[in-house]
Amino acid sequence: MSNKKNNNPLILFLSKTSEPLFSKKNRALLSDPMDDNNPITVQVLGVCSALAITVQLKPAIVMTFSVIAVMAASNVIISLLRDLIPNRIRIIVQLVVVASMVILVDQVLRAYAYDVSKELSIFIGLIITNCIVMGRLEAFALGNGVWRSFLDGVGNAAAYGFILILVAFFRELFGSGNLLGYQIIPDSFYEMGYVNNGFMLLSPMALIIVGVIIWVQRSRNRTLIEKG
Amino acid sequence: MNRDSNLYTFLFAAIMVLVVATVLAFTSQSLKELQNEHVRKEKMQNILSTVGIMTDRDSAEDLFNKYIEEKYALKNDGSINNSVDPFSQIKLSLELKKSPEQQNFPLYVANIENSKYYIIPIRGNGLWNAIYGYISLKEDLNTIKGVVFDHVGETAGLGAEITQDWFKERFVDEKLFDSNNNLMGIMVSKTNNDPSNLDKNDHEVDAISGATITGDGVSDMIKERIQHYVPFFNSLNPKQIALN
Amino acid sequence: MLEYANLFIKSIFIENMIFAYFLGMCSYLAVSKTVKTAVGLGFAVIFVLTITVPLNFLIDQYVLQAGALKWIGPQYAEIDLSFLSFIMFIAVIASMVQLVEMIVEKFSPALYGALGIFLPLIAVNCAILGGSLFMQIKDFSGITESAVYGFGSGIGWLLAIVGIAAIREKIAYSNVPAPLRGLGITFIITGLMAIGFMSFMGIDL
Repeated sequence: MSNKKNNNPLILFLSKTSEPLFSKKNRALLSDPMDDNNPITVQVLGVCSALAITVQLKPAIVMTFSVIAVMAASNVIISLLRDLIPNRIRIIVQLVVVASMVILVDQVLRAYAYDVSKELSIFIGLIITNCIVMGRLEAFALGNGVWRSFLDGVGNAAAYGFILILVAFFRELFGSGNLLGYQIIPDSFYEMGYVNNGFMLLSPMALIIVGVIIWVQRSRNRTLIEKG
Repeated sequence: MNRDSNLYTFLFAAIMVLVVATVLAFTSQSLKELQNEHVRKEKMQNILSTVGIMTDRDSAEDLFNKYIEEKYALKNDGSINNSVDPFSQIKLSLELKKSPEQQNFPLYVANIENSKYYIIPIRGNGLWNAIYGYISLKEDLNTIKGVVFDHVGETAGLGAEITQDWFKERFVDEKLFDSNNNLMGIMVSKTNNDPSNLDKNDHEVDAISGATITGDGVSDMIKERIQHYVPFFNSLNPKQIALN
Repeated sequence: MLEYANLFIKSIFIENMIFAYFLGMCSYLAVSKTVKTAVGLGFAVIFVLTITVPLNFLIDQYVLQAGALKWIGPQYAEIDLSFLSFIMFIAVIASMVQLVEMIVEKFSPALYGALGIFLPLIAVNCAILGGSLFMQIKDFSGITESAVYGFGSGIGWLLAIVGIAAIREKIAYSNVPAPLRGLGITFIITGLMAIGFMSFMGIDL
């Protein structure tokens, strides 16, 4: 990454420092949440909507993009307004911004991706109460520049989406033999006696899969283990 | 101005409300047409598929207008209610909560290559939540032309299988009324001893293993909803159809 | 009467907010280390759900739904404000939680201290908003039905959190593998409890 001072005024405004757009610090905002600081498995946020819509891969992917859109937009807006928001109504302003973004996403989905919006039903609305969204507004956007807040929002939402997609991948593959609706497990397997694990389609399996993901993550990264 | 003063807080809140309301209202208004279109076309798609006309959502409206020649809102005494639009104004889930005399149910009459078919929306209770769909009858008002089933939240792989073609096919050509014109409905049964469904006069189809309660829900749904239409069928069909 | 009992039992066991829909998991995971705090939070959730679901039902019926405003005058029958549902519901919930906070602080400062940040966090508890959103798609015929649903959902949530808290208290002395300790094992146990709750399928009074 070049370390030249960037003189473009727009970039300077966005970063409020003279750091290059994709400096190491900024890239960390995108990569940290993937592993060390994963919103679901480490920060334990946003679990709710994560699990119920992971029966198939497609809704999980759409949900991921919706959350990325909401988080990026809310983070940017709150960061832009951070010097203007009165302290007393801080939480309310955050809620209103998030709720409005979610409503916009919901309206767009219902107009342009009707089938998926039916599958996601109430879970789009529940993005509002997704602790990750509010959590990052409080913890980051209120105290950081627009570009960094944008990256933070995208990083956390993408990491959250990564877990969703991982769980949905296993559930759809083992539960119905498909991925994105296309048959993956060849017919020859079925003829040999392989049967889809119907259990995977039921909600409790999502919890157990996340538990196993946490197990794997903490075995690899022993710093994350909780002290007894 | 001091950020924490009352006046500032109030002004900020007021402006925020205005901006939010405008943006949301604008978005909602611009997208509304498109959203409603999807819902409407999907309904048409379902009605058409009950009589065997499979179409994608885009062509659904044209085909619907082409094949569906009549739409009625019927009361339970067989009379037609002209003040209610059957397609857009009747919501089955709400009608079912009214008393029988107040209920209006839709009936669609299709004309395909000079044969008439009668399409009836149905709704009932599955294991976890509502199940619903359409049933279409041939001109004799007795033989089933086709069915469409859907559900709110039945168990995937079990009750949810009612949406599958292999289950829906079991209903084709089955008869609703017996030879004395009593309404028998269709029993989704585990004991019908006719797995290849050769007997179309037994008023039974094979159940789905592991989905007993959903299957029972289907049987009840068909019988209870058709009951409402019997007086109207009477008026169309010179033969007397006795109420069960 | 029987259909209320049916709805009540269904919302506690079969459509359990935690075990069937995984709503409210953040607070569920964070406040379930001891049974005492779990019970306290559970009761707060029951209270908020029982009040907000019927209240939002009224708002949905008379203000938000398509054509809901016709009681003001026939010229308003065309208006559809349902796109504002999320904001209205959250506003009602946030206000109700503020009220609960003030009540708890007055009558039980110990509980207030123990619950800490999680009391105001009830406002963003997915289970509370979820209750109202489910109410919207379930087409209840009256305010009593929605109140029964809210109350039942709250009790289901209480059962879940007290259950996991009791188990976590007990396994504090067990030999859980280090990477699974705490969060991991809680997820897996919750999954197993959810499987257990599935045995309530098919109850019909």
